[in-house]
Amino acid sequence: MDAALFRFEDVGVVFDGSVVLDGINAVIPAHGVTAVVGASGAGKSTLLRLCNRLEVPTSGRVVHRGRDVLDLDPLELRKEVGMVFQKPALFGGTVADNFDVAAPDSSPEKRRQALDQAALGHDYLHRRADTLSGGEAQRLCLARTLLTDPHALLLDEPTSALDTGPKRAFEHTATALTRHGIPIVWVTHELEQVHRIADQVLVLDRGSVVAQLDDPAQIARRTELRQLLEGDHDAQR
Amino acid sequence: MRSGDVTGVGLGLSLLLVAVAVGMSRWRGLRLEGRITWASLRAIVQLLLVGAALTLVVDPDRSLAWSWLWVAGMIGYASDVVRRRAPEVPRLLWLTIVAFSVTGTVSLGVIFGLGVFPAEGRTIVPLAGMMVGNAMNATIIAARRTVEELRDKRPEVEARLALGHPSRVAARPYIAAAVRTALIPQVETTKAVGLVFLPGAMTGLILAGVDPIDAVLVQAVVMFLVLGAAATNTTVITLGLAPRLFTSDHRLSPLPRPADR
Repeated sequence: MDAALFRFEDVGVVFDGSVVLDGINAVIPAHGVTAVVGASGAGKSTLLRLCNRLEVPTSGRVVHRGRDVLDLDPLELRKEVGMVFQKPALFGGTVADNFDVAAPDSSPEKRRQALDQAALGHDYLHRRADTLSGGEAQRLCLARTLLTDPHALLLDEPTSALDTGPKRAFEHTATALTRHGIPIVWVTHELEQVHRIADQVLVLDRGSVVAQLDDPAQIARRTELRQLLEGDHDAQR
Repeated sequence: MRSGDVTGVGLGLSLLLVAVAVGMSRWRGLRLEGRITWASLRAIVQLLLVGAALTLVVDPDRSLAWSWLWVAGMIGYASDVVRRRAPEVPRLLWLTIVAFSVTGTVSLGVIFGLGVFPAEGRTIVPLAGMMVGNAMNATIIAARRTVEELRDKRPEVEARLALGHPSRVAARPYIAAAVRTALIPQVETTKAVGLVFLPGAMTGLILAGVDPIDAVLVQAVVMFLVLGAAATNTTVITLGLAPRLFTSDHRLSPLPRPADR
């Protein structure tokens, strides 16, 4: 069986005549954190959305643990591969109500465990979701996703709107999950964050893969990658 | 002449009120004089034509098939109005025809099947007209709001899809919000009837000399017919619409704003 979490085989995506991804060939291993980095518009989020079939490739194929994602039941795939988006999308009501949407039959014990994994106190369960801070809201999204028992996580710039403290806390929480066997694909445009979280790196530029690195430290040794990513980070600031 | 009959002279005198509207427009610089005059004349001609046609259709000696044909024509025309007034909603025409057909079967089935009114030309056409006309407005609101809700709340909808929800489950809260928006005006009208305004059917019957209590009973049936028809039509429309806004593999389709087209 293919050991890769995801394998992209000559994947292309075209939206309304615009090429978003072009000839992507890459492997995302089934362990640790794989950071997907690149400038704005490089196609990072589209690549991530291909992994749980919120998008489908125009050409080529995406293979999940040896099987083309188009051959898998999309609902089962999405339960298996959880996703946290850039902006926390909270549902109405309390934290418990959000859990009801994600997994209505989950036990109180399971809910407390999800709160623990997302580093939220048990007292959060009855707080209104719309009163949470940005960092807390993003943790709730993580907890809500973990409640469905995903085998892998897709994180789409989950900390881009957070201050340093909540950002570091989220990174700590998420990376801890990899030690429990949950691999993470983490889209980010922050080079410093890549060094803190990543075990391997996929670098995109204008819809193409420009590097796949087994060690984030290799970025520092490649001037063109450093310029690409540092330039974007400066632009984002 | 009965107390409610209007003669040609009476109709002519009522045009004084149109003249008042034209005068107001000229005085306040609204530049609506031409439109008001045209609309009023057109209304007279249209109503006289409809009246003449209805006289033929509701003739007790004529086959009921003509009345039902009239109803089918109303449904076809109303469906086209819905399609034109909700251009951002894809492939709406046939769905609306199906919805009106279901609504007509349910609501007119109750009214005539249970003998609330006798099934005659003079009852079928006006009651179906009330049903179709009021359900049409609610349907336009429901269809447009469904698309707006799903488009504006795309992040929430996709968060639900990403949790493994099927599209019909992911869409349910947003469809419910759209149907609520469409039905609330009808519910409020039903609540306020008699206190705030006297509705058209009742007013017409009283003017025509019918006993007010009898007029009220007819009006109550009409209001319940309209309420049931609006609820049925909006529900059928939104149930049929939701799958068209998602792909078969549970992805939310692109939903451009009307200005983006």
